[in-house]
Amino acid sequence: MIAYNFDYKVASSMDEAFSLLAEAGDNASFIAGGHSIVPAMKLRLAEPSTLIDISKVPGMSDITQDGDTISIGGLVTHVKVASSDVVKNSCPGLAECAGVIGDPQVRNKGTIGGNVAHADPGSDYPGALVAFDATICLANASGSRELAADDYFTGLFETAKEEGEMVTAVKVPASSASAYVKFPNPASRYAVVGVGVSLNINGGTCESASVGITGAADHAYRASESESALGGSDLGDDALSAAASAASDGQEMLNDLAASAEYRKHLCGVMLKRAVAVAKGRT
Amino acid sequence: MRYNIKVNVNGKPHDDSVNPRVLLVDYIREKLGLTGTHVGCDTSSCGACTVHVDGKAVKSCTMFSVQADGTDITTIEGMCQNGKLHPLQEGFKEEHGLQCGFCTPGMIMACADLLENNSNPSENEIRHGLEGNFCRCTGYHNIVKAVQYAAKKG
Amino acid sequence: MGNLIGKSVKRVEDNRFIKGEGKYTDDFNMVNQTFAVYVRSPHAHANINSVDVSAAEAMNGVVKVFTGKDIADAGIVGSICGWQVDFKNGDTMKEPGHPILAADKVRHVGDPVAMVIAEDKYTAKDAAEAVLVDYEVLDAIVDPKAAAQDGAPQVHDDVPNNTIFEWELGDKAATDAAFENAHHVTELSYHNQKLVPNAIEPRAALAHYDANEEKYTLYTTSQNPHLARLIIGAFVLSIPEHKLRVISPDVGGGFGSKIFVYNDECGVLWASKQIGRPVKWTADRSEAFITDCHGRDHVTDAKMAFDADGNITGMRTKTFAAMGAYLSNFSTCVPTYLHGTLMQGLYTTPAVHVDVTAVVTNTVPVDAYRGAGRPEATYGIERLMDTAAREMGMDPTELRRKNFIPAFDGVNEPGYQTQVALQYDSGNYEANMDKALKVADYESLKAERDKAKAEGRLVGIGFSTYIEACGIAPSAVVGSLGARVGLYDAASIRVHPTGKVTAHVGAHSHGQGHETTFAQVIADAFGIGMDDVNIVHGDTENVPFGMGTYGSRSLAVCGSAIMRSVDKVKEKGARIAAHKLECSPDDLEFANGSWTVKGTDKSVGFGDVALTAYVPHDYPADEEPGLDFASFYDPANFVYPFGTHICVVEVDKETGEVKVVKYVAVDDPGIVINPMIVDGQVHGGVAQGIGQALFEGAAYDSDGQLLNGSMLDYTMPRADNFPMFETDRTETPCPHNPLGVKGIGEAGTIGSTPAVVNAVMDALSDYGVKDLQMPLTPNRVWDAINSNGNGNA
Repeated sequence: MIAYNFDYKVASSMDEAFSLLAEAGDNASFIAGGHSIVPAMKLRLAEPSTLIDISKVPGMSDITQDGDTISIGGLVTHVKVASSDVVKNSCPGLAECAGVIGDPQVRNKGTIGGNVAHADPGSDYPGALVAFDATICLANASGSRELAADDYFTGLFETAKEEGEMVTAVKVPASSASAYVKFPNPASRYAVVGVGVSLNINGGTCESASVGITGAADHAYRASESESALGGSDLGDDALSAAASAASDGQEMLNDLAASAEYRKHLCGVMLKRAVAVAKGRT
Repeated sequence: MRYNIKVNVNGKPHDDSVNPRVLLVDYIREKLGLTGTHVGCDTSSCGACTVHVDGKAVKSCTMFSVQADGTDITTIEGMCQNGKLHPLQEGFKEEHGLQCGFCTPGMIMACADLLENNSNPSENEIRHGLEGNFCRCTGYHNIVKAVQYAAKKG
Repeated sequence: MGNLIGKSVKRVEDNRFIKGEGKYTDDFNMVNQTFAVYVRSPHAHANINSVDVSAAEAMNGVVKVFTGKDIADAGIVGSICGWQVDFKNGDTMKEPGHPILAADKVRHVGDPVAMVIAEDKYTAKDAAEAVLVDYEVLDAIVDPKAAAQDGAPQVHDDVPNNTIFEWELGDKAATDAAFENAHHVTELSYHNQKLVPNAIEPRAALAHYDANEEKYTLYTTSQNPHLARLIIGAFVLSIPEHKLRVISPDVGGGFGSKIFVYNDECGVLWASKQIGRPVKWTADRSEAFITDCHGRDHVTDAKMAFDADGNITGMRTKTFAAMGAYLSNFSTCVPTYLHGTLMQGLYTTPAVHVDVTAVVTNTVPVDAYRGAGRPEATYGIERLMDTAAREMGMDPTELRRKNFIPAFDGVNEPGYQTQVALQYDSGNYEANMDKALKVADYESLKAERDKAKAEGRLVGIGFSTYIEACGIAPSAVVGSLGARVGLYDAASIRVHPTGKVTAHVGAHSHGQGHETTFAQVIADAFGIGMDDVNIVHGDTENVPFGMGTYGSRSLAVCGSAIMRSVDKVKEKGARIAAHKLECSPDDLEFANGSWTVKGTDKSVGFGDVALTAYVPHDYPADEEPGLDFASFYDPANFVYPFGTHICVVEVDKETGEVKVVKYVAVDDPGIVINPMIVDGQVHGGVAQGIGQALFEGAAYDSDGQLLNGSMLDYTMPRADNFPMFETDRTETPCPHNPLGVKGIGEAGTIGSTPAVVNAVMDALSDYGVKDLQMPLTPNRVWDAINSNGNGNA
């Protein structure tokens, strides 16, 4: 339960964060809420030689709205996202997702930036962000860039974030008919399967749908076959059935003590249907 | 390598030089001698270490003490003000919400945050609100009643 | 007598706990202390080729590193087995040694090979990683049944077929005949799975050797400090008993896992003398997972035979019981004398046979865990009852009613002698079940379940009518069965000159509320207030020799010792009072805190008598001053609480998740002293029993790696896993102890696990699912639903 020794620095600005990072050389990490990195360091699974605390860097702690898009600073805690009226009105599925991460204490300290940087396959945010067409905003010493969430999560704890980059914000377009439903691991309460759904409903028809699934495979993915089944449908039993059975298409299901691959595949379908029901109820 | 931290704990200021790898819970227990906050696991699961940092319940085992620089911390020792028990402390005694007492400080700190955000929680809301805290003795039945007692007391 | 028996007095110990002012072992510190970290094997089975501590010892701040060679050179082995259970053919039980630090071989993941002692715990942890151990990995054996078969990897060279003993109880011939002639046989085969106790406080020890007095002090998270002193002093480290002080301060839960003397505290105690400084050790949770004794781990075939009317004619079980890699203190009695002896349940079964083979495996040692053998027995019996009822088309309550032992109070009617050694003390099983059925409104429950099923919802009702044997135990009886200790307890009552009372008790509360309940008993007996009594426990320096708290024994055994001392105080008090009132003690009666001459209003109070005893100016001749008595109580029998548990579950068809929607427990713990505390014990016990049924289970791979050795993977139940529990009681007094009490600490766990599994089987009955391996995880349940009853998943 004891981490290796490390140096600790506090950055008071974005620039300082990057210059401290450069000074620290190899094997330095940013720390925000610390709720991904501290547990790993305690078990000696992570051993950064320097931690650069970015929790006081200005400009990353707010939730703002620009037209149809909300922007959540990288340092915004899960509890803030879950309770934000701005988020609840604009993209209720995102607030819902933040509200089921970990437990109340974790939600008080863990940040969206940290969660997205760590990309645990059982994390909740990735499934929602992928479903809601979110954009991950990254910055480094030389500048900044944006990536679609779907392009950002690439593998087991792997992302398209490069060495030296920081997650500064996450932008999420409005989606009133959105939901996130999860089947938690009974022990860790990480997602065995977490499904984010965003529906574009016009009249009685679902014109298009996006479905993001986390926990089931080694990283969050768009369930594109399910999206095709739902798009252009009346969201009736046939469409739901088809979408459910396609929910894991093209993906290799994880297999662990909590769920076999076969059971996970089944859960993807069940959670998808439940998420669609919740999202539909929000129209 | 040591780092200087200034923290306010239960209203008292502290100024200490710490090794960064010292967890907040160990700083509280070992440096400050406030042993009411307990360590029950090493995976941020059990919640026995829960304290309030700047008014919010946090697992003090999941923070390095250096991260607490500049914060206001309340531990279980700070819940009884001027000899007057917090309604939750009363409730835990009245409703037999503890047996061995080891999870109790963290449980009370978590429950206090729960009631701060929801002053009249339903049974379901209480049970879900305690997701971050394990008790092995009580089966949670009387802990729920303790929270209901405190909620009623206001 | 007084007015405190049966009252839900609020707990006095809470005053410190709710403020965070409890003092647990890790809260203690000594000047100049060092910190120990054990280096533990990552392999389940391996030869140790070499242990190189040079790099570790060279590190700044490291005081010393000990290895298995140091322990062996000191002529020490380690903790012992406290109960000898020989082979049924007369051969002596196998007793492999359990060294404090392994020297030649490691036998489970977690087996310690070195002890690093440093100035602080950070350095100790870093240095532990610098100890280089060269292992030669060997094949491991995990499954208890497979361990006994020829060709399995051998855990100890001196234990052929990994078999510690083969044991049986009951009448094999009569049981064989019953099964041959049976109209119906119900059978189940299952693994009563290995459980990790996970008391929230990890184990810890703080040891100190005073060279001037040549005396050791050990703070330890023990449920039984005297037993620890005896075992460590006499059997492990050869320390004269008067030179070893063991202190159990506040202890954060035990559930059995803190009964045993572990090599961990023996090691730091020994080390404290070697290095001449105090040594402190506290387990990490991941360390606890691989060192705290686990529970259960029985592979069992269980069968019940019935006649055409549904009467049970025979019961038999064959069990392979895992001991783990080494024999812990009580491991051998758990599957035998605490398990086989309960195999009749509370039924009039005329023929019972129990066969147990105890085996070593390359896993964490197994010993008592809440219920210790009785949950395993009850699980078999009660699962068979509900299953048989379904097979024979009978209501499960009617099948039980037909087979209950008729009511007996042990006074006017004799105790009930079973087929498996025990004589039950008192019981009224049918009345208890009837009360439970009424409390639960069984008729409505059935109707609701049937309606739900018609609507396609999977709702099920499960029963368990259990009996258990606790309040352990009559010393001569257990001695004849191989116990190497007595199982009495002790209490001294010291009345002070001003009439206040201090009781030193040999039980040790780690959640049971003794500071309150024992004070209630004493205050009630003397007619004084709760505030006039304090209870002292936990320090061998000042408490008479007691066997500690486990096996639901504290009230029945220590409470009886308290009553003995109470009686001695009252007897002497009567003589003093008689002297003051100038009468004979026979003329007096004691009530409301005073001795009164019968038929008059001449009286003298308890406080007055106390003062007189210590200021003996006008005093009976030949009477010593003082009012201070110690007593020991060796129970005449076990005590036998019983009860009826009814569980209602709903299974989510889509996910297989099981939700406990209603839980009713009507228990009979004999006379109740504090109903609030009794309810609390039932709640906690039921929670752990449901935990086994639905959530928990140590998962090993074939290499002996514990796959779920953390709270992220081993599912500990949370508040949102349970409903409110509905508890009620019947009170059938125990005829053989002064308070008429039985025990309740483990009853909840014993009764609940089969009730839950029975409920799930009821919910899934239309799918033809007869049995499912615990824990009934959503995946397992969903697999069963979808394989259409094709299997034990």
